[in-house]
Amino acid sequence: MIESLEDLNEIAQKKLCAQGDCEDEIRVCIGSSCASLGSEDLSKEIAQKMEQEGLQKRCRVKGVGCNGLCSEAILVSHQKKGATSEDLYTNIEASQADDFIALLQNKKDLKEKLYDLQQAFFFKQKKIVLENAGYIDPNDIEDAIAHGAYQALFKVLDTMEPKDVLDEIKQSGLRGRGGGGYPTGLKWESVAKVHSDTKYIICNGDEGDPGAFMDRAVMEADPHKVLEGMSIAGFACGASQGFIYVRAEYPIAVEKLTKAIKQARKYGLLGKNIGESGFSFDIDIRLGGGAFVCGEATALIASIEGGRGNPRQKPPHLSDHGLFAQPTVLNNVETLANIAPIIQKGAEWFKNIGIPSSTGTKVFALTGHIKNTGLVEIPMGMSLRELVYDVGGGASGEKAIKAIQTGGPSGGCIPEEHLDISVDYDSLKKIGSIMGSGGLIVMDESSNMVEVARFFMDFCRSESCGKCVPCRVGTTELTDLLDKFVAKKASKSDYELLKNMCEVVKESSLCGLGQTAPNPVLSTLKYFEEEYLEGIADD
Amino acid sequence: MLPTNDDRYKMVEKTMKKLGYERSALIETLHTAQETFGYLEIDALKMIAKRLRLPYSKVYGVATFYHFFRLKPKGEHTVVVCTGTACYIKGANEILDKFEKKFGIKAGETTSDAFVSLLSARCVGSCSLAPVVIYDNKVAGKLTSQDALDKLEETLS
Ligand SMILES: Cc1cc2nc3c(=O)[nH]c(=O)nc-3n(C[C@H](O)[C@H](O)[C@H](O)COP(=O)(O)O)c2cc1C
Ligand code: SF4
Ligand code: FES
Repeated sequence: MIESLEDLNEIAQKKLCAQGDCEDEIRVCIGSSCASLGSEDLSKEIAQKMEQEGLQKRCRVKGVGCNGLCSEAILVSHQKKGATSEDLYTNIEASQADDFIALLQNKKDLKEKLYDLQQAFFFKQKKIVLENAGYIDPNDIEDAIAHGAYQALFKVLDTMEPKDVLDEIKQSGLRGRGGGGYPTGLKWESVAKVHSDTKYIICNGDEGDPGAFMDRAVMEADPHKVLEGMSIAGFACGASQGFIYVRAEYPIAVEKLTKAIKQARKYGLLGKNIGESGFSFDIDIRLGGGAFVCGEATALIASIEGGRGNPRQKPPHLSDHGLFAQPTVLNNVETLANIAPIIQKGAEWFKNIGIPSSTGTKVFALTGHIKNTGLVEIPMGMSLRELVYDVGGGASGEKAIKAIQTGGPSGGCIPEEHLDISVDYDSLKKIGSIMGSGGLIVMDESSNMVEVARFFMDFCRSESCGKCVPCRVGTTELTDLLDKFVAKKASKSDYELLKNMCEVVKESSLCGLGQTAPNPVLSTLKYFEEEYLEGIADD
Repeated sequence: MLPTNDDRYKMVEKTMKKLGYERSALIETLHTAQETFGYLEIDALKMIAKRLRLPYSKVYGVATFYHFFRLKPKGEHTVVVCTGTACYIKGANEILDKFEKKFGIKAGETTSDAFVSLLSARCVGSCSLAPVVIYDNKVAGKLTSQDALDKLEETLS
């Protein structure tokens, strides 16, 4: 049981000492991409062979979460004792356990697999949310504690009042990472203000954008960061119960979170009277069922309450009438993962990263026709060009990059000539896209923009919950219309109809799904109109 | 009706009990039921409705709302083609097309001999490996449509 900051530090010290006994550390990524290539078996096999060779005292092996360079899976890193940086080996096969034994015995080097850490992919990133990803063992709370977990929680419990926490978060300028960008401090304050015996903190881990996996990586690699952020939110807002709503399609994330919650309870970091402070907070997991609309706030709540995920009209807002009709804070995984670092290092530190209107960093999942696919965390305000060409390494194939897409089904396409804009909430919005939750898809000259727009519209059509007519009927009609353009059988009047219908769906749908469904069409119409015109048959 | 002494049913009962037989326990209960039975059979849905004191229509409505729930048993093999954005950009549709043609079924269906279920998913979270297909729970990535077909043969043989 951890009852005070001293107890926490003691565990951290003990763990660090125990780890210090070993000279080296080998870290095998067991994030989803690496795991799918068999990295867990590789990790076990290395450990086993080390024991056979009597090397277990010299080096320990651990499975860690994703460090981001998923395109080069499997990743294994080797940290020599006393070294400040690691040797990162990429494109390792699951059958290469012997090579690492030979490496430790200095019988072999793996130079051809060694990755150059001086590349822009690494040095242009700034890691806050992902600072521990790739370093700690997500199955071991003590490893997390040794890397600073729960320090911020004790700082809050020992030295701060709820109001101080609210001020700090407001000061930091943190905005919601789930897409909307609403200031987190203000959101918390509106719930803290309401008098109620029961309040809830919900973590949105639904990650519905099909082609994004930022939140998944955070939950899998550093689950305690999310739990700590939720506890601090609970303290600031006066809530004692939290829920994490996770997609059932993310079984590893569910497993890691479940384990983390169990361990945190055992160590007294969740539950009644945490650290003898009188503050109680507990967290439960609720599984989603694979419905994109359930990422929407009111639908998510309906789902936790056990019903169909139909959104409802707002107001009443969640701050008055949320889960089980009680005041509720809903935050995205990444938003919550920023909380502990802000409390620990201060709002001023956080504000110095990024730009004044969008502070801090943003995690992106780079995918599509780009060289370095994977996860990156960059300071806000970096230009899209830098993100795509330097960090992302540019196009993956021969063809030039044509456009990028951010914000998934609610976002828009940005043509290559606009890539000089800065990555922040307001700039992206101005140009017809959105920050979104962090999916960034790069498309080269081989991509047809009308087909891409159709892909997203079809997605919205199948995900529409059907509650309101403009979205239910509109997305179906729009998909059919786009089909005609793709088949090059549209007429001039179809073109007008397409534009009008987009406006209608956007203006009159009940929830965010319908309201933003036309965005991919509108933005491609704006920048790639000629591709639509090509779809009109001559008559 | 399912016999209440069926061991599998006890698992479902356990979930409901843990959540105090609240109506909000419905979705968690359905997850457990699907996990233990492999799919949601109508009898199980009826039983859950009774235990949670919910109208059957509500239980059925919820079970059919979420893609994750299956009301039919899966085939002997399951092949999931990811059709999320990253996979789509890298040609997932072509793979799905080929599979659909091969079996003469659409995504979401099972062959009439209950041998293969063909499913599509919206992003399985391994986008860096796009396009991705999951063959009987094993993820395979960076596939050309020929690779995908070859792996399919391997899985089914
Ligand atoms: C259709 C739809 C889907 C959404 N999906 C997600 C999601 O998967 N994850 C998420 O964090 N937010 C999602 N959101 C946004 C949430 O409703 C909510 O604004 C967000 O979780 C608030 O957290 P934040 O302030 O920390 O960003 C979605 C919104 C809509 C309208
Ligand atoms: S806009 Fe679409 S998803 Fe939202 S409530 Fe209406 S039908 Fe449902
Ligand atoms: S889009 Fe296929 S794994 Fe993400």
